[in-house]
Amino acid sequence: MMNYSVFGLVAHALRGNKHWMPVWREAEPKAAYDIVIVGGGGHGLATAYYLAKEHGLTNVAVVEKGYLGSGNVGRNTTIVRSNYLLPGNIPFYEWSMKLWEGLEQDINYNAMVSQRGVLNLYHSDAQRDAFARRGNAMRLHGVDAELLDREQVRAMAPFLDFANGRFPVQGGLLQRRGGTVRHDAVAWGYARAADARGVDLLQNCEVTGIRTEQGRVRGVETARGFIRANKVGLAVAGNTSRLAAMAGLRLPIESHVLQAFVTEGVKPLIDTVVTFGAGHFYVSQSDKGGLVFGGDIDGYNSYAQRGNLPVIEDVMESAMAIWPGLGRLRVLRHWGGVMDMSMDGSPIIDGTPIEGLYLNAGWCYGGFKATPASGWCFAHTIARGEPHPFSAAYRLDRFATGHLIDEKGVGAQPNLH
Amino acid sequence: MRIRCPYCGERDVQEFTYLGDASKVRPEGSDANTGAMIDYVYVRDNPAGPHREFWYHSAGCHAWLVVVRDTRTHAIEEAEPARDVALRRRKGEAA
Repeated sequence: MMNYSVFGLVAHALRGNKHWMPVWREAEPKAAYDIVIVGGGGHGLATAYYLAKEHGLTNVAVVEKGYLGSGNVGRNTTIVRSNYLLPGNIPFYEWSMKLWEGLEQDINYNAMVSQRGVLNLYHSDAQRDAFARRGNAMRLHGVDAELLDREQVRAMAPFLDFANGRFPVQGGLLQRRGGTVRHDAVAWGYARAADARGVDLLQNCEVTGIRTEQGRVRGVETARGFIRANKVGLAVAGNTSRLAAMAGLRLPIESHVLQAFVTEGVKPLIDTVVTFGAGHFYVSQSDKGGLVFGGDIDGYNSYAQRGNLPVIEDVMESAMAIWPGLGRLRVLRHWGGVMDMSMDGSPIIDGTPIEGLYLNAGWCYGGFKATPASGWCFAHTIARGEPHPFSAAYRLDRFATGHLIDEKGVGAQPNLH
Repeated sequence: MRIRCPYCGERDVQEFTYLGDASKVRPEGSDANTGAMIDYVYVRDNPAGPHREFWYHSAGCHAWLVVVRDTRTHAIEEAEPARDVALRRRKGEAA
């Protein structure tokens, strides 16, 4: 594999950019692997990479029904942060943030990690108290958090509607280390790095069945034939229930659709990520100049990868409430992705009742920021057969034992998480 | 997306509030053991295809409906009052 560097870039430019090599091999499926990861998205590719790098396991295949990175890793709003409240979540997401901070050097790939800050606005005294509590919980765990007052927010984002009588901006909770990462590059970078360590990336290889014998997994039936493996990891958020059903499992997960939006490209307008605290709206600006934003999930079970107009209207209303200037821009594109909504709003990284079958699921609509730590912990779980300390709370049986991790405190109602 | 309310006719989805899977039946009496309750509260079939689900006509007639909707296309196949479904179930007929 060629190493990317500024000198290489110059050398290739001088030679007319005619000698770049393919970024990964087009592997043919072998009859058997030690480990098969189902799902060639961010989490699956990261898992394969860390299996190879951290555990020395390279007889690994990633099987993907479409092309690599064709699912939610390319459909999110690219935000990364670790501003969580609950003990089961903070160490995990902070580890993810630390991995983001070193990712580009680690995989030698420009993922455009941009720590431009994530600013959560508060609009009432009660919300300020809740945000102060969250910020304190973060700092107790060694995560950066700053509680800003109204004038500090104004200095950062003067374009917000500070005169709004209904949702006055009182201040915000700022995580400066948060920001955005170029989502597709995360998939490509992990794919390239995993491939370089010997992992086979099998595209257009839909899994059609999971073969089990006497409670043990034996392999996967795919569009390109049966692949034998004694360990199979599912990282197929959005379609987890469908895959698990192939092995006879029923899960505490519902699939829902989330929509996101991009405007036409404009000059630099916003240099951070802002979230509206009185509705559900989050916005940042991509390097191409488009404003990238989103809101709530549509709220009903869906596998359709497209949503409905009422939620679009709701997102636009939230946008106009906090940033009226946005009304002058035109929305260029919008799309939907299918989310694994778990019953407590938190993910699952665990084994299953079927020996050798591992589950990485339930990311709701916060899976992108978790990509590195999810891969790290899932690789550990598969390689060692035991949970990683950072993901130890993400057990599948927590719904039966009552050890739920409900950040929003809304109960077993997936469309509210 | 529009839902054909049996009382009000075809109405925009904005008039309705979603609750979720209508195939779940709350275990009662001695059937309400731990395993059955965990299944009722947390476990879902989550099908890619026709899905029986509760919708509440909150900005309309306030009726609870059981709607059959295809989760791959959002096409609505059926909508009937949840009360009728519950009465049939009580009589021991297929829901």
